[in-house]
Amino acid sequence: MALKMVKGSIDRMFDKNLQDLVRGIRNHKEDEAKYISQCIDEIKQELKQDNIAVKANAVCKLTYLQMLGYDISWAAFNIIEVMSASKFTFKRIGYLAASQSFHEGTDVIMLTTNQIRKDLSSPSQYDTGVALTGLSCFVTPDLARDLANDIMTLMSHTKPYIRKKAVLIMYKVFLKYPESLRPAFPRLKEKLEDPDPGGRTGMLMRTPRSPGVQSAAVNVICELARRNPKNYLSLAPLFFKLMTSSTNNWVLIKIIKLFGALTPLEPRLGKKLIEPLTNLIHSTSAMSLLYECVNTVIAVLISLSSGMPNHSASIQLCVQKLRILIEDSDQNLKYLGLLAMSKILKTHPKSVQSHKDLILQCLDDKDESIRLRALDLLYGMVSKKNLMEIVKKLMTHVDKAEGTTYRDELLTKIIDICSQSNYQYITNFEWYISILVELTRLEGTRHGHLIAAQMLDVAIRVKAIRKFAVSQMSALLDSAHLLASSTQRNGICEVLYAAAWICGEFSEHLQEPHHTLEAMLRPRVTTLPGHIQAVYVQNVVKLYASILQQKEQAGEAEGAQAVTQLMVDRLPQFVQSADLEVQERASCILQLVKHIQKLQAKDVPVAEEVSALFAGELNPVAPKAQKKVPVPEGLDLDAWINEPLSDSESEDERPRAVFHEEEQRRPKHRPSEADEEELARRREARKQEQANNPFYIKSSPSPQKRYQDTPGVEHIPVVQIDLSVPLKVPGLPMSDQYVKLEEERRHRQKLEKDKRRKKRKEKEKKGKRRHSSLPTESDEDIAPAQQVDIVTEEMPENALPSDEDDKDPNDPYRALDIDLDKPLADSEKLPIQKHRNTETSKSPEKDVPMVEKKSKKPKKKEKKHKEKERDKEKRKEKEKKAEDLDFWLSTTPPPAPAPAPVPSTDECEDAKTEAQGEEDDAEGQDQDKKSPKPKKKKHRKEKEERTKGKKKSKKQPPGSEEAAGEPVQNGAPEEEQLPPESSYSLLAENSYVKMTCDIRGSLQEDSQVTVAIVLENRSSSILKGMELSVLDSLNARMARPQGSSVHDGVPVPFQLPPGVSNEAQYVFTIQSIVMAQKLKGTLSFIAKNDEGATHEKLDFRLHFSCSSYLITTPCYSDAFAKLLESGDLSMSSVKVDGIRMSFQNLLAKICFHHHFSVVERVDSCASMYSRSIQGHHVCLLVKKGENSVSVDGKCSDSTLLSNLLEEMKATLAKC
Amino acid sequence: MIQAILVFNNHGKPRLVRFYQRFPEEIQQQIVRETFHLVLKRDDNICNFLEGGSLIGGSDYKLIYRHYATLYFVFCVDSSESELGILDLIQVFVETLDKCFENVCELDLIFHMDKVHYILQEVVMGGMVLETNMNEIVAQIEAQNRLEKSEDQVLG
Repeated sequence: MALKMVKGSIDRMFDKNLQDLVRGIRNHKEDEAKYISQCIDEIKQELKQDNIAVKANAVCKLTYLQMLGYDISWAAFNIIEVMSASKFTFKRIGYLAASQSFHEGTDVIMLTTNQIRKDLSSPSQYDTGVALTGLSCFVTPDLARDLANDIMTLMSHTKPYIRKKAVLIMYKVFLKYPESLRPAFPRLKEKLEDPDPGGRTGMLMRTPRSPGVQSAAVNVICELARRNPKNYLSLAPLFFKLMTSSTNNWVLIKIIKLFGALTPLEPRLGKKLIEPLTNLIHSTSAMSLLYECVNTVIAVLISLSSGMPNHSASIQLCVQKLRILIEDSDQNLKYLGLLAMSKILKTHPKSVQSHKDLILQCLDDKDESIRLRALDLLYGMVSKKNLMEIVKKLMTHVDKAEGTTYRDELLTKIIDICSQSNYQYITNFEWYISILVELTRLEGTRHGHLIAAQMLDVAIRVKAIRKFAVSQMSALLDSAHLLASSTQRNGICEVLYAAAWICGEFSEHLQEPHHTLEAMLRPRVTTLPGHIQAVYVQNVVKLYASILQQKEQAGEAEGAQAVTQLMVDRLPQFVQSADLEVQERASCILQLVKHIQKLQAKDVPVAEEVSALFAGELNPVAPKAQKKVPVPEGLDLDAWINEPLSDSESEDERPRAVFHEEEQRRPKHRPSEADEEELARRREARKQEQANNPFYIKSSPSPQKRYQDTPGVEHIPVVQIDLSVPLKVPGLPMSDQYVKLEEERRHRQKLEKDKRRKKRKEKEKKGKRRHSSLPTESDEDIAPAQQVDIVTEEMPENALPSDEDDKDPNDPYRALDIDLDKPLADSEKLPIQKHRNTETSKSPEKDVPMVEKKSKKPKKKEKKHKEKERDKEKRKEKEKKAEDLDFWLSTTPPPAPAPAPVPSTDECEDAKTEAQGEEDDAEGQDQDKKSPKPKKKKHRKEKEERTKGKKKSKKQPPGSEEAAGEPVQNGAPEEEQLPPESSYSLLAENSYVKMTCDIRGSLQEDSQVTVAIVLENRSSSILKGMELSVLDSLNARMARPQGSSVHDGVPVPFQLPPGVSNEAQYVFTIQSIVMAQKLKGTLSFIAKNDEGATHEKLDFRLHFSCSSYLITTPCYSDAFAKLLESGDLSMSSVKVDGIRMSFQNLLAKICFHHHFSVVERVDSCASMYSRSIQGHHVCLLVKKGENSVSVDGKCSDSTLLSNLLEEMKATLAKC
Repeated sequence: MIQAILVFNNHGKPRLVRFYQRFPEEIQQQIVRETFHLVLKRDDNICNFLEGGSLIGGSDYKLIYRHYATLYFVFCVDSSESELGILDLIQVFVETLDKCFENVCELDLIFHMDKVHYILQEVVMGGMVLETNMNEIVAQIEAQNRLEKSEDQVLG
């Protein structure tokens, strides 16, 4: 009854849940804001309640309101309260709200550290999961620092669900706390091959265990590598292996994208990639994968662009595939195809240009994105040869285009295409001017100023074109259409600005200056915008000056006076202008002209003086010129000229404000006394603007004239031209006619060239034979119609070399530019929380919780010792890394899975076995990389191999990277060389075949082990039809293909030609792992040679030792200590006498054969750790005496422990 | 990296807003509006990629979207993501919603925004793709729902 009452009251409080709120908002469409503010008041009340359910409900509603744009930061503390609820239901609500609303500025966020830590180590995987998810959204540098170690521990959690989240969130942790990258990286790398940390697991990838974890690791490393690719080059072999073995498209795509980022740094990598990528392109049915492959192949080709003659096939393949995409009816593929095509274009324009038809076709697509992509492509496709044709096509599109946005886009693209790299592709500037003039007919475009800028730029920089430009511009000034439309809000009248200026500035080229003058003084001109009128006024005078001179030289005094009279008559209309600039200029000039009139009346020649006003040449100035002026010696720009007034702030501010306004009005560079900061700011702004403006014209002419006594002008390379095209084109020319003219001209040129070539050939015939180039017309062959001089931009003398730093100091990724190959220093270890949470309940299933460190004393000693070794190691390691990658890359691409020969010796199983050669290439290389042994050894071995005459062995890795089970954290460095070891032991052999096998546990799927069996054909027959039958026991079963019975043999998936070996893998499910066991099996096969075929059999016994159920798992010393303290482990020990081997090697042996990792080593005592596939923890304390070794073990299962120790004893006894 | 995931209906009403980079609430709304206007004017039979809006990201970012009945699902991603891959991911997300809500429609999203978030959290975490296997996603969601239910019963 009482319970019912409580429930009732809760229900009442729950009056409004999320659904009610949503419904309410929908019902209050008119006064939504008011309703919501009511609701927020209610929520505030609810948050004051003690009941956590009520609070959670309120927070849930707040999350909804946040989506609608309401700030809920005021409820941050309540959100934290809900996050710390014990029930998952509420916790999840809290974390969701936090992830939506918390950020680095949320001050209460620091209160969450302990709560999150508690949730991370919660026994419920979903509590942990929810905390990880939430944290990924609001992690701050502080949280990252405090929790890095906890998250790192979770990366080895038993549940893949937690592992994948922990791996993924590490990226965020790295970003916020870059110091964590190096300590965490080994474990992250390990997750690439998630199931088995020993590094052998590349093979297991064929049976992917936990794709989620692996995919997360790939994801994180790809993100990291994208920002700082060079630090991740050494991972290339590993990724290469993954790429050739993984079947998960998502992972493949990521890896392939990563390679795309790596290849520019290492062209040899690219060579290695081409083949597998090409294979993927041919084989995959997934478009996404195909597309990324093509992209990366393109990246490779770009990185190789020179000196790889035989890759034209790859380019062809890419272009061909892209064409298929572009032709596809799926718009998405079409879009991506065009996108990728533009990348090829940069290095191999020829192969793309042949698909011009297709791309021009895309211009007609209904989809604007696609049209724009096609335009982008055209930009790169132009050459001197096809520019006119392409632009002509675009012009027709301009006419057809509906909608001004697209038309404007076309317009800017045309200008862009033509003006790119200093008008590189324009062979005939008359044609270009005509195009620009044609573009002025566009109604309603916003880009009049662009056209104008182009006209000005071309007219100033291409001297030869001025005459033609002037004739066109005067026609523009004369024609009415621009003026007519000027009343509307229309940008096209901007071109008149350019036209007026050009006609004025280069008035000496005008055919009928008087006519133009009249056109510029028409009353209609006053309807133009002020800034254009101002230019008119200014240039009218220039024109006037030149007419005056003409007339006076011709002795027509009357004519001169008539012109003056015209000016006096017409100028007043400008004097009345509302625009200040126009008014001022006009009245100035009017006075000047009146003065001239007086002089003229007295018959004084004035032309000379008037022209002097505008004497001098105008030169384009490079955009960087100002910045590059060197600071004269002795000038300190930072020093105050006048000590600043220190009294009031307002005074401090005023001059700046004044300066600012002034700057806005006159956007010219002024030598300013502005302080450094201001300068830097402006420079930055300008740079930004220039960078953002693709149409930035590098040398905008200053409207103000520069008077120069020009010592600088002479050295500007100005080439005089003789024109082969008649300049006089009546009226407005159609650009089309130029296309025709151009063709004729080229034809003529070609003929001439051919003639010349013939002559040369005849000469050459007598000389030595040379490969004569084919008479194709390449870009370079086309000589421009005009010897165009693009006047180079002026730079100040002794300009400083560029001093910009491209890198943005605020780039968050820059901090992650960390060398990952250097071994860890002690100081880099992640901070571990002390004296907290020690009492958290933990099951042995859960992974290593952290604890305070055991004792300090031995640590110190160890530290010194370690540091010394580390120094040594560092050097070694560095060399090795570099060499290894080189080694991996230097080889030619691996011939698919061609099996390398197994050394034919009969030694096996023992520590001194020869290297195993059966691993496939890539993998072998990878092992190489990790191999802790110095390089020398390898080389020597290789030599041996070669002398043995094994021509196949390109590289013969000593399959021994397991030799020291990778002590991840506190790594036991090697001082001595270890003999190479193999984990493969002899299974059975006869005259036909030798079987060796290795058993590997994996964490992913409980209680499964993978048995890798290497079969080597020792006979001269070909072995085929091989089948493996194993008699299952109660405890161990072989995983068979579905539908096959227990008694059927399992086929071996390959045949063996003579002398060849290969590896097959089989999975076994084990129930109890505490005891070793043996399985009987038979290999049956058909041996076939020239004489015929025989059926043969070979029996074997598969020995599953307890060690084979262990998985090398790194463990931190603190976690290790905690484990030992926990007290739920049983203990046992063994002692072996008569051991002479060094302690170092001894440990390596235990690591290798029994899959342990060293946790900590102090002098002749070491702690080791491993974990079974069923999650048993096994801890060892190994002590070395004079001639003996004692091993104390603790394990969660006593039987397992005693069996393990027995096995270990056997191993040690051999030492 | 995924920068933002937006779900809104044909009228631009937000149904799910998930940013993986901090923006103040007003800016978030502005981005939603701008994105809506960008995708609204696009026909259904043209490509699903858009070079980003001005508010988010920059030239490195793309909007990749799908339009289902009354809803737009828009992902804003940078160049490290595969365009077609993200399209597939949207499909996975929507199919997962369909499975979890049994024939999902806009109303489900309207009234259960929290649940949609929980589902999304199993697909994308902190802007990175967490899981693409729908069965795995659904299994985790169901497990969490069961957990929630069991807690509910304890509550009485």
